[in-house]
Amino acid sequence: MDNAAIHARLQARFGEVIGALEPGGEAAIRVRPSAMSAVGEFLRSDPELAFDCLSNQSGVDYPKRGEIEVVYHVFSYRHRHACVLKAAVPRDEPTMPTMAAIWPTAIWQEREIFDLLGVVFDGHPDLRRLLLPEDWVGHPLRKDFVEPEEYHGISTKRASMF
Amino acid sequence: MSLLNTMPEFMVTTKVDEMLNWTRKSSVWYMLFGLACCAIELMQTGGPRADLDRFGAVPRASPRQSDLMIVAGTLTLKMALRTKMLYDQMPDPKYVISMGSCSNCGGLFQLAYSVCDGVDKVIPVDVYVPGCPPRPEALTEGLLKLQEKMMQERWLVRRESEPTTERA
Repeated sequence: MDNAAIHARLQARFGEVIGALEPGGEAAIRVRPSAMSAVGEFLRSDPELAFDCLSNQSGVDYPKRGEIEVVYHVFSYRHRHACVLKAAVPRDEPTMPTMAAIWPTAIWQEREIFDLLGVVFDGHPDLRRLLLPEDWVGHPLRKDFVEPEEYHGISTKRASMF
Repeated sequence: MSLLNTMPEFMVTTKVDEMLNWTRKSSVWYMLFGLACCAIELMQTGGPRADLDRFGAVPRASPRQSDLMIVAGTLTLKMALRTKMLYDQMPDPKYVISMGSCSNCGGLFQLAYSVCDGVDKVIPVDVYVPGCPPRPEALTEGLLKLQEKMMQERWLVRRESEPTTERA
């Protein structure tokens, strides 16, 4: 199945929850974040789609739009097709359902997105910081992240490269 | 009977300090502390070709058995606290070699939010080895420099104001 066919199938099943198909090298399907759990379940269980692998999940911050986009790259080993899904959550209250029950690899990916961008995944079994120390303040991949002056007495002031 | 007649046939005279230093520099046990790609070169240096063992330096897995910490790789702020803790667990006399650009000054990653630019912000460093990463020859040279420094130690003269392994 190509992207247009996948998009049509999702739209037929879910209706207006599925947004437009974004053109591009990797065409992306926009999904309303609150419906992401049901869409994910369908992507995995539908025999025509059978997306059995969440190959990547990441997040992008768009401060001008006031949104954080969570991006899913899914792949089907059975049918050898792939697609990209995007769910945009508001920046000031970034909450959306977890994919952990559908693709367990999302447990790690969502912890990373929570760590670096601060998106809260409802229903995640173990939502802790993954990379940064547990007492870290802020989410550094947000564009408006301001670095603290010091971390446990270690100065973070660095000489400029230029 | 003169004194010389009671002496054995061969004898060596030395100073206590020098003998202590010689024994210490000939058995520098270093802690396995690879943080990033420099660790690969550190393994090469310990391996059969560069063979750090011929200078008496053998790797230890515990800071409590180590005399030397070779900080090999990018030091993140998260790791910096643990590095300090490991350094504090090493028994005196203890030495630190900072290996590679990252632990010298942060290197390529010095402007990153998570990177501590230089291990000398956390613990005192005796020898800095430049390179990205340094070749085994460079690290061997670093160890030889450290051995030179160890030979300069004066253990019997207690210096009240300036402890030998800690920065004032």
